[in-house]
Amino acid sequence: MMNNMFTLLAEYLSYPFVQYALITGVLIALCSSLLGVTLVLKRYSFMGDGLSHVAFGAMAVAAVLNIVSEMVVVLPVTILCAILLLKTGQNAKIKGDAALAMVSVGAMAFGYLLLNLYSPSSNVSGDVCSSLFGSTSILTLSGSDVGVCIVMSLVVLAVVVLFYNKIFALTFDETFAKATGVNTGFYNLIVAAVTAVIIVLAMNLVGALLTSALIIFPALSAMRVFRSFKSVILCSAVISVVCATLGIFISILASTPVGATIVIVDLVCFCGFAAAGSAMGR
Amino acid sequence: MAQLKAENLTLGFEGQVVTGNLNFEVNRGDYLCIVGENGSGKSTLMKTILKLRNPVMSGSITTGDGLTATEIGYLPQQTEVQKDFPASVREVVISGCLGRKGWRPFYTKADHARADRNMARLGISHLAKESYRYLSGGQQQRVLLARALCATESMLLLDEPVAGLDPAATAEMYDIIGRLNKEEGITIIMVSHDITQALGQASHILHLAKEPLFFGTKDAYLKSSIGQAFATIMIAGAGGDDDE
Repeated sequence: MMNNMFTLLAEYLSYPFVQYALITGVLIALCSSLLGVTLVLKRYSFMGDGLSHVAFGAMAVAAVLNIVSEMVVVLPVTILCAILLLKTGQNAKIKGDAALAMVSVGAMAFGYLLLNLYSPSSNVSGDVCSSLFGSTSILTLSGSDVGVCIVMSLVVLAVVVLFYNKIFALTFDETFAKATGVNTGFYNLIVAAVTAVIIVLAMNLVGALLTSALIIFPALSAMRVFRSFKSVILCSAVISVVCATLGIFISILASTPVGATIVIVDLVCFCGFAAAGSAMGR
Repeated sequence: MAQLKAENLTLGFEGQVVTGNLNFEVNRGDYLCIVGENGSGKSTLMKTILKLRNPVMSGSITTGDGLTATEIGYLPQQTEVQKDFPASVREVVISGCLGRKGWRPFYTKADHARADRNMARLGISHLAKESYRYLSGGQQQRVLLARALCATESMLLLDEPVAGLDPAATAEMYDIIGRLNKEEGITIIMVSHDITQALGQASHILHLAKEPLFFGTKDAYLKSSIGQAFATIMIAGAGGDDDE
């Protein structure tokens, strides 16, 4: 049985589309976990959720307008929303969480309405379902899709490494950082933009509804056990990559939906870490 | 020349004056305590000094004597976010060095040495690897003070530094602040409700209200009628805890 599984897996792994799925899956999981720690600690856990709904709305617009490369529309719109939401977080007439909820639900409704009214394809509910839950689109990636994903992931990684210390200061105590001359406005902008990029990427993998799971679960798991910022970030990256790989394998072997499978693996992992954390008395 | 000087300063938002007509100056080595009731503009003034906000309606506030606004070490009140924040003491302390690094992304050996020195100065070297969130309130304040010292060698601005501390930790905190002021000549500006302690250590008092009620040395403050009345009230009521 075990042997059978491995031969089957090895056979699947020889197909380029499975390799593509694995590469993008791992990269997206890695990137999303890196910023996840900051978002969770800054109380922006719902950012992923809200922004992915925005991206869904933008995707619907792109589909209706028959724009082939959706990214051209989706990415700028999502980045813009991310910046607006993170900026208005502190002192706006509509408070951060309310603004987020409003934008999130609004974009979702708008997108669904557009698709229903003007969809070029005949299978509206199928389209909607796949953009919400990721479906099998990850298994139908082309070489150029993978290329885009690799480039964007490298950009995200570079930003996180270069700005790591600033991101820490911004997350731990923005007021102090600002008072001592750190350009917090600019770094907030960077964090917002990178978050948007990650979310747009992650939508390919797990779909709009499950994107925030990819962002928050590894961070939450790592925070149960580790004590320093660096170890939490490194651990959540490892957790995220391992869970995504496992999830993709399981979904191939058991023919389950990729996105939901990865999220369930992440959830199980969180339970494990929570148990380990309380066993260690933390 | 004064390190910090306010002239006819009036602060407010959207046409509403918070506090007006402020005149005071802080010189190297001073220990200024800013007192006043809730809503008297203490934290607005503090944010103005740190250039976090710009509510200046008229007048001016300037830094001098080799001090720039970003060189003021700041000890903020603890935020909700920090209570469960996974960070080691060293990570928190060294982040005080970031302000002067500009665009350079990584810490240098000099930054690490600075962090080490300031941890030793506040007696928290043995906690360097501990997680900030599991420390006691007094220890956390010392960590944040070490971080502020990484940002400055000349002026510290402390926002309610003993809020929420037990009596022993409070005494210890005041002891540390007093030592930094007397032995190392660091200028202290402290916002506090705790008038008894403030009067014990401060060299100058600024009493805020809609109109500035008092600015001068501590001795003059204690002789003034407003000082006596306020001290009596605050000692009797033991102060509040939050500002504005």
